[in-house]
Amino acid sequence: MPIKFPFSRHRQGPTDAWTKCPSCDQQVFNRQLERNLRVCPTCSHHFRMGIGERIELLLDEGSFVERDAGLTSVDPLLFVDQKRYPDRIEAAQIKTGLAEAAVWGTGAVDGLRIAIGLFDFRFMGGSMGSVVGEKVARCLEGALTERIPAVIVAASGGARMQEGTLSLLQLAKTTAPLVRLDEAGVPFISVLTDPTTGGVFASFASLGDAIIAEPRALIGFAGARVASGTVGEELPDGFQSAEFLLEHGLVDLVVPRAELRSTLSRLLRLLPVAAVAEEAGDETLTKAWGPLGALSGFAERVGGAVSETIGIDSEGPPANGDGTGARSAAGHTGAGERQ
Amino acid sequence: MTEDFGALPGSGAATLPGSIPELDQAAIDAAWSRVRLARHAQRPRTLDLVPRIFDDFVELHGDRAFRDDSALVGGPALLDGRPVMVIGHQKGNDTDSNIFRNFGSAHPEGFRKAQRLMRLADKLGLPVVTFLDTAGAFPGPSAEERGQAEAIASSIKLMTGLQVPIVVVIVGEGGSGGALAIGVGDRVLALENAVYSVISPEGCAAILWRAPEAAPTAAAAMRMTAADQLELGVIDRILPEPGEGAHADHDATARTIKAALIEELTAIAAVGTDRLLSTRYARLRGIGVYEELGEVAGAPAEPPSLQRRLGRLLRLPGVPRRPRWSEIWPSGEVGSDDEEGG
Repeated sequence: MPIKFPFSRHRQGPTDAWTKCPSCDQQVFNRQLERNLRVCPTCSHHFRMGIGERIELLLDEGSFVERDAGLTSVDPLLFVDQKRYPDRIEAAQIKTGLAEAAVWGTGAVDGLRIAIGLFDFRFMGGSMGSVVGEKVARCLEGALTERIPAVIVAASGGARMQEGTLSLLQLAKTTAPLVRLDEAGVPFISVLTDPTTGGVFASFASLGDAIIAEPRALIGFAGARVASGTVGEELPDGFQSAEFLLEHGLVDLVVPRAELRSTLSRLLRLLPVAAVAEEAGDETLTKAWGPLGALSGFAERVGGAVSETIGIDSEGPPANGDGTGARSAAGHTGAGERQ
Repeated sequence: MTEDFGALPGSGAATLPGSIPELDQAAIDAAWSRVRLARHAQRPRTLDLVPRIFDDFVELHGDRAFRDDSALVGGPALLDGRPVMVIGHQKGNDTDSNIFRNFGSAHPEGFRKAQRLMRLADKLGLPVVTFLDTAGAFPGPSAEERGQAEAIASSIKLMTGLQVPIVVVIVGEGGSGGALAIGVGDRVLALENAVYSVISPEGCAAILWRAPEAAPTAAAAMRMTAADQLELGVIDRILPEPGEGAHADHDATARTIKAALIEELTAIAAVGTDRLLSTRYARLRGIGVYEELGEVAGAPAEPPSLQRRLGRLLRLPGVPRRPRWSEIWPSGEVGSDDEEGG
């Protein structure tokens, strides 16, 4: 609803104070938008969020410490299209105040220390070149070294074309540490925000132990333009939306922004880092319920009754989908969900 | 081969030696002629090369979940008397075969078949040989709804941790994520006229030049030829093609690839599993070019004194407020779309 704001003394022109919601066309007062976590109060459209506000949304106040802020892009191909690549980087730096399209560091969610990586789509479409890939890899390796959970909040058009195949291979560079996290029993939670497409979605962002998406976020492998141009097919409604992915079993949860922090906090506690018991220099992983063999034996004996007996909060967020096919309505496998 | 096996590509010089900032017409023409050769209709495909390189081969079908993807083929084969697992993209040579092969653009089930074959190779200790020849993974709705991105990502992840040697040969087009999904290896070879790119030159031209006809310029700018990729450290070795190109002589091309595969696999087989995996990890980790300035201080640098903390808490005058992260990195204006990536 277009509100007349009679007490405004600062007449800086309407563009500074109001934003038109691209979803419902209503004018939203900018201060109201900020207070509402950049969610449209009329239609719940989730506006894109910068890295600073995202840190304040997810992490305990004052807990974030940036790491590897000195990583700087160079121009390995001497790439020129209509602009030189270094000029594009500089323009993006001026526009966003960021050194690159991603930031990583450590912080805490309700007191639990995590390694976190964040993307800003406004910096060259959040595209992943050597520096962004390096930051993601260091974030995951940092989580491994400290044995703390890793969380990455993605917003990216994909690999950065201006660095050619060096960007393509960042898909492998950012994925390789995940094998080590698996071996070490360190969880990785992937948060997908609007938009997450291309090479970022086709690498680490699709490989979260749990994957959370924001409502109505555009998430897909190919940009919609590429898909329609290449395939010449009519694209279905809501194609590549977070809800489409949930329905097809490709993400675990679609969580409104207001609940994102609490959901993340609960998941981080339900999916703890496996404890390491050091016995005579021999490192053995002790998972939440002791050695794996013992647990599986227990599960076999008790069968389906396990989740009932351990009595985890029945409102635990369900983790839907096996990442490969459609979600089965009959077969919920959510953490802490009762039969 | 053994001595330079541990060399890490990609972490070298900041710029390519001898590269020029402005693209001249000769460079554009040279790059585009390679793209056209890589896409040549008579270029040998995976199933043209396999019987010429291997003594025996049984194609295995299906991902055991959805269907068999004819755009990606694979199975066990005998290389010089020793078993290996062969996996490759499969284009057609004419309209009918191209429609059957979906022009070599795999669906998720294709990559999941590849994963199944790689796990089998891992189980039995067979080296993996892959042939790359695709314009890219299929981008349509049918691929999206079955998890194209997850299929590519999990293929890449599987290859980074596979406990057997992997040799990758780019035989035609190495197109983006669909190529990399079976393109992570201990040694990456490319035929002389093969190309490798983060996005198709047409796609790059459409996004950065806003003109599809700028594809040849985009091809030159992305430095996608085998020679460029060798300079960048993305590939390790170029295999020469006979005469006008691989399309002119499939037998000679196959002989070159076979000799190279035997040579490379013999060298890698001597490396133990631990060293193989740590070298592969270091290779992937080392890819990319960047500068690292000293540790730039993030915002909350100094640990606040008690006086400062109390002052902030009580909002005393003269105690500077700690800047909020949203002031340092603001969200900025809405709807400022920038370019996409590949």
